[in-house]
Amino acid sequence: MTRSRSASFPPHGPWATDASVAPRSPDRRRLLLQAAAGAGAWSVPGVRLFAAGADRPRFLLVFLRGGYDASHLLVPIGSSFYYEQRPRIAIARPGAGPETALPVNADWGLHPALRQSLHPLMLAGQARFIPFAGTDDLTRSHFETQDSIELGQPLGGSRDYNSGFLNRLAAELDAQQALSFTDQLPIAFRGPARIANAALRETARPAVDAKNRALITGMYQGRALEKTVEEGLALREELARDLAPAKMKAEMDAAGRNAIAPKGFEAEARRIAALMRGRFSLGFIDIGGWDTHVNQGGATGALANRFEEVGRGLAAIADELGPDLWRQTTVMVISEFGRTFRENGNRGTDHGHGSVYWLLGGGLASQGGPVAGEQIALSASTLFQNRDYPVLNDYRSVLGGLWQRQFGLSRDALGRVFPGAVPRDLGLV
Amino acid sequence: MSRLTRLLSAASGRSSEAATPADAPASRDAAQHPRRRSSATLEATFASPGLSRRAVVGRAAGAALMSTLGGCGGLSTAPSTPLDAAQRQRAADRLGWGATQAQLAAIERAGWGRYVEQQLRADPKAPLAPAAQRQIDALDCSRRDLITRVREAEALRRTADKATDEAERVAARQAYQQAQNLAAREAGHRQLLRQLYSEQQLLEHLSWFWFNHFNVHQGKRDVRLLLADYEEQALRPQALGSFRRMLGAVARHPAMLRYLDNDQNGLRAINENYARELLELHTLGVDGGYSQRDVQELARVLTGFGVRIDPEPPKLGPKFIDQYHRDGFFEFNPARHDFGDKQLLGHTIRGRGLAELDEVLDLLVAQPATARFVSRKLAVFFLSDQPPPALVDTMARAFERSRGDIPATLRPLLFSPAFTATGDISAADGAAGPGVGSRSLAPKFKDPQHYLMSSLRAGFEHQAMLNSQPLQQWLRRLGQGLYDKQTPDGYPLTAEAWDSPGQMTLRFEIARQIGGGAPGLFRAEGTTTPVPMPDLQALRARVEPTLAPATRQALAQTGTPQQWLTLWLSSPDFMYR
Repeated sequence: MTRSRSASFPPHGPWATDASVAPRSPDRRRLLLQAAAGAGAWSVPGVRLFAAGADRPRFLLVFLRGGYDASHLLVPIGSSFYYEQRPRIAIARPGAGPETALPVNADWGLHPALRQSLHPLMLAGQARFIPFAGTDDLTRSHFETQDSIELGQPLGGSRDYNSGFLNRLAAELDAQQALSFTDQLPIAFRGPARIANAALRETARPAVDAKNRALITGMYQGRALEKTVEEGLALREELARDLAPAKMKAEMDAAGRNAIAPKGFEAEARRIAALMRGRFSLGFIDIGGWDTHVNQGGATGALANRFEEVGRGLAAIADELGPDLWRQTTVMVISEFGRTFRENGNRGTDHGHGSVYWLLGGGLASQGGPVAGEQIALSASTLFQNRDYPVLNDYRSVLGGLWQRQFGLSRDALGRVFPGAVPRDLGLV
Repeated sequence: MSRLTRLLSAASGRSSEAATPADAPASRDAAQHPRRRSSATLEATFASPGLSRRAVVGRAAGAALMSTLGGCGGLSTAPSTPLDAAQRQRAADRLGWGATQAQLAAIERAGWGRYVEQQLRADPKAPLAPAAQRQIDALDCSRRDLITRVREAEALRRTADKATDEAERVAARQAYQQAQNLAAREAGHRQLLRQLYSEQQLLEHLSWFWFNHFNVHQGKRDVRLLLADYEEQALRPQALGSFRRMLGAVARHPAMLRYLDNDQNGLRAINENYARELLELHTLGVDGGYSQRDVQELARVLTGFGVRIDPEPPKLGPKFIDQYHRDGFFEFNPARHDFGDKQLLGHTIRGRGLAELDEVLDLLVAQPATARFVSRKLAVFFLSDQPPPALVDTMARAFERSRGDIPATLRPLLFSPAFTATGDISAADGAAGPGVGSRSLAPKFKDPQHYLMSSLRAGFEHQAMLNSQPLQQWLRRLGQGLYDKQTPDGYPLTAEAWDSPGQMTLRFEIARQIGGGAPGLFRAEGTTTPVPMPDLQALRARVEPTLAPATRQALAQTGTPQQWLTLWLSSPDFMYR
């Protein structure tokens, strides 16, 4: 199997060692983080609240659970092999109609459901795609692979289920700035750094009144869940303030423009952005429903609707943050694996291996174009196990390389976040 | 007759004697559960309303227990010393959906050994007390058979698909959605009534466990129409029976065949979805020693196993017509089956059609990995996030010896000293109890369903729930909605999935609504009749002595029964079972 490097690599390339990489002004970022630490104290004893800083980098991880079909998202339009292997569901090459792929470069096109949302961002240099990305975990089990990705530990060793990679990152940055926008704390955020969670489907109200609050915290004093309870109660009070309709830009805009209020994921995404404008600079959200064994559709249909919804939500985050904060923000969209390259007998796809990750942000590097990372020409012989995309861009290396630049993390710090991984600087930001 | 039965029947204005299972189908039960045969006469005795059911069960169960122990080589031993009040409470909280006064009294009367044997011999067809049973009997899924209901809904769907008139199409589509929604709500209502009011708590607990183990999601195609039947026909009859039979019933049930797409799995149109989860989630477990090749071969075995709603059989050529098989909506279509030989887990499965399914299910249940996987999961569900490995080994051996008999697998667990041990809550924190030994005896953090059901069983055991919608909504908000888990792995069973800050604050919020008397649950939907707060004296007297000092101190500051209940349900003590 011959691997060809994409022409899109930055000059130092993906093989660059840590020492040869010059992160963008890490010292400046470190200083800012330290400065922020002294900026303000919260009313809850033992819990610090930092003032928001426009220069503080922000990162949101979006996990598409279910193994989304990457070759429907980033369509290998240059490959006649793709069109042979997906006779009934392939996305047509860019053309005049609304059901054709949107142009990206000679090799790739974008799913037309993203015409209004991600494509404009991509054209503005604010969305990039990393094909052949993923993990070496080969169980092809959703649950096993999601767990192993979220833990971010070396494969093959014994796992510590109480140490997810976002928790380790939060510890390196500042755990007080992290929030999981989910019902339950995901494995990625589990660990010694205390991270709170709150689903934002409903606008929050304080959970209990003042009198019961005092009695409840009294009962938990010295008990196992003491800090969890205190964080949860304090967070709910904070959310009730920060997500008050009057403070939400989108809702004010909607009122002004007489537009339809955002719904579903877009509404949630706007609330996420509202919170990332303020204290929280590290977040996680997951979106299910990507397991498309049957009738996944092509340019339209079930999967297209899902892409449309997610695209709209992500574009809303850029909008809600505004240009200055969006410049400091990266959003990485990942999934546990891709799907089979060939369509199955039911116009769907089964569990595969390599995927395509999406990276969005107002400060992405434009060098090399929208598609980044190591790539390979698609043919029966280059498919992994004659079945799916190989993984050429390991997620731990890619994220490590990204954070090295974005957060200015040291080699030691990266070694703690992703033990045993070598960060690869793909020049993403 | 329990106090619950008396009160519920008084509320319904009917004699509770009607609730006695006079029509208990003893002979059919004995046929379905060979291990029950010896107790067929006992079942018949229930029909005599003059006898105390419990006294009869108690005597017979004692005898059954002795013979069981003899046959088990002493692996499972009933506790020889009687349980104290705290142990009874813990045991009841672990066995089912939360202790009630009546249940604690029953354990005290029978003794733990006899109580467990009674629970292990639960009758899936036994009716609930009248006020609950009447609601179940009135459900559409009780009154009309599955075939009629599904074909009726299917006709609506077809009308919607064919309609040329837009208004007609919209109306038919809405009617179809309503039929689906109603079916899911009914299934949920029946499940919650049983969990709240059944005295057969072990059966209700396991029914939930097996649904979760063989999870299907209501959002997939017409699964909502099939949920009630899936619970009633595929899972519940074997929840305390044979794992192998349950696996076979699941594999033939349209809910599972639809949910994991096997109705689309055919020759030259292979779909691996069900095959993969059958290995990973239903039997061997992810580390069970199978390969991608095994998944593909099993998918070939499963070709042609599907669902047919249409009364007409498919058109088949003469060479297939004899092999076609149909049972309800389940069909085996030989024209879609791959008749080649398959290699699964080192065995050759001779390609011959319908019979391949039972051969591979036998093979899967006989794997030691299956015994370990199922046993450990049961121990995690009932006992501890970190169950003692020796106990799991004992259970797995019992599973293997009995070819997946569920009571045989459960006995070592229910009779282990750990099951009735009353560990300290603070030991549930890893920091406070670092040793595996102490953690394995630590109480178990309740998942949302345990949390809500135990709060209602404790506070409202004598009140009949008339509307479960608020409860179904609370479950959804807490992240564990009924039939809402999209993925086939089911809801997680361990604490770290549930004890997050967001979860805790939601629990406090809901505790306040329950503490206020949860009136919405106890009056018919759409009505606003005031519902009196229950008398909590007995509950207070029972639980307060067992609470941590800080909890007692907080409760002492409450001014009303409402606030007392809210605070108790918000306390760390109540978060564990």
